Amino acid sequence: MKIHLSNSIWIGNIDPFIRSFDTSNGKVLEITSHKKWISAHPVVLCMISALGLFMREHNFKISFEKMEATSKHYFYRMGLFDLLKIDSQMKKVIPHESAGRFIPIQQIRNSEDLGNFIKDMVPLLHLESEKTEPIKYIMSELIRNVLEHAIAPNGAIVCAQYYKKSNTIRIGVVDTGVGIKNTLQKYYHPKDDFEAIILALTPGVTGTTTKIGGVTEMNAGAGLFFIKSLAKTSRDFFMIYSGKAMYKLLKNPKNKQIKLMADPLKDHYSSGDKLPFWKGTVVAIDLCLNDNIDFKELLTAIKKVYGEGKKNLIKERYKKPRFI
Amino acid sequence: MREIKIYKFTGSFAENKDVARKIRVEIILPALDKKDKVILNFKDVESATQSFIHALISDIIHKKGAESLNNIYFRNCNEVIKKIIEIVTDYMQDSF
Repeated sequence: MKIHLSNSIWIGNIDPFIRSFDTSNGKVLEITSHKKWISAHPVVLCMISALGLFMREHNFKISFEKMEATSKHYFYRMGLFDLLKIDSQMKKVIPHESAGRFIPIQQIRNSEDLGNFIKDMVPLLHLESEKTEPIKYIMSELIRNVLEHAIAPNGAIVCAQYYKKSNTIRIGVVDTGVGIKNTLQKYYHPKDDFEAIILALTPGVTGTTTKIGGVTEMNAGAGLFFIKSLAKTSRDFFMIYSGKAMYKLLKNPKNKQIKLMADPLKDHYSSGDKLPFWKGTVVAIDLCLNDNIDFKELLTAIKKVYGEGKKNLIKERYKKPRFI
Repeated sequence: MREIKIYKFTGSFAENKDVARKIRVEIILPALDKKDKVILNFKDVESATQSFIHALISDIIHKKGAESLNNIYFRNCNEVIKKIIEIVTDYMQDSF
């Protein structure tokens, strides 16, 4: 496998980075990078970490070309080399105080890890409590999805960065588990990875029940829909990549009124369905923490759309009597 | 009347579904079975996820019907938690 860190990789321009991921020869992971400057979304660090841990777990080889870019210290401080137990070939860097800036790469394997992570994460961000509310919410729901559905021996790989200038938090949550299509296969039989992603984003779809509308004692199929709605409300990006497919919620134009959609295909999005195969799931979100997110209002809107979406889903799957 | 202080189990952010299930199975359901009324007191809980609230109450509505909500009271909920509880109780009743 080969992965190249180009000059600039954010959700908006992540497509070439994903397309350049070479999945041939699964027994060696070669990581190369731009020689001068790399600016990357946290999800990219999560992807490299998850791949590296997968290689370590299977005793496969990792070849990490010495980083030359001036921004290489960022990768060091985010904990990439430590996590993968790779010599960074850099002079010892004195880590800056991380408070108020980033959440370094973390590996979360169980519910207890998640509880501790959420407790530790909040002070790191040094934000007012109402601003950390959606962040905690996103982290909890995304990581629980991994722990409950992904069957990923390495758990969830997570990190985040807060950008003061734009007052935006960028979050990545990645696993190398079974992927969304496999999770939904038992009850929904998606024909491909893209259909599986669309189902996963639709309110009322969960991989844990045959019941149409998808409610079990522990799952309602609402988590990803909530998170997509948060991104849409803040007019930011949200992306899911699993198997060979990717769905990317594009920024809602500023002059356009925000309307939550139960059907993700009715949102402003881009997609790909013939991408290099990612074994597992990659989720990335950007969230502007300006006052335009009123969590209470958002929940009111979600309540309405969730109900309608579920009703439509049930209707679509109604069986008609066949008169002959 | 049985009062359950959620904060004691979850801290200020109620997100752990396993904890929610434990509260439901070990405290709420046995109390309702004894015809007791239950108060879920969210004092000092600042936020909760939909998954937590779902794991806490959905199966009660599913098994005992919407009437079970006549025997459950939600106390000291902030606006966010109120909304999430409303979302869960709504979609559970829609699924009958």
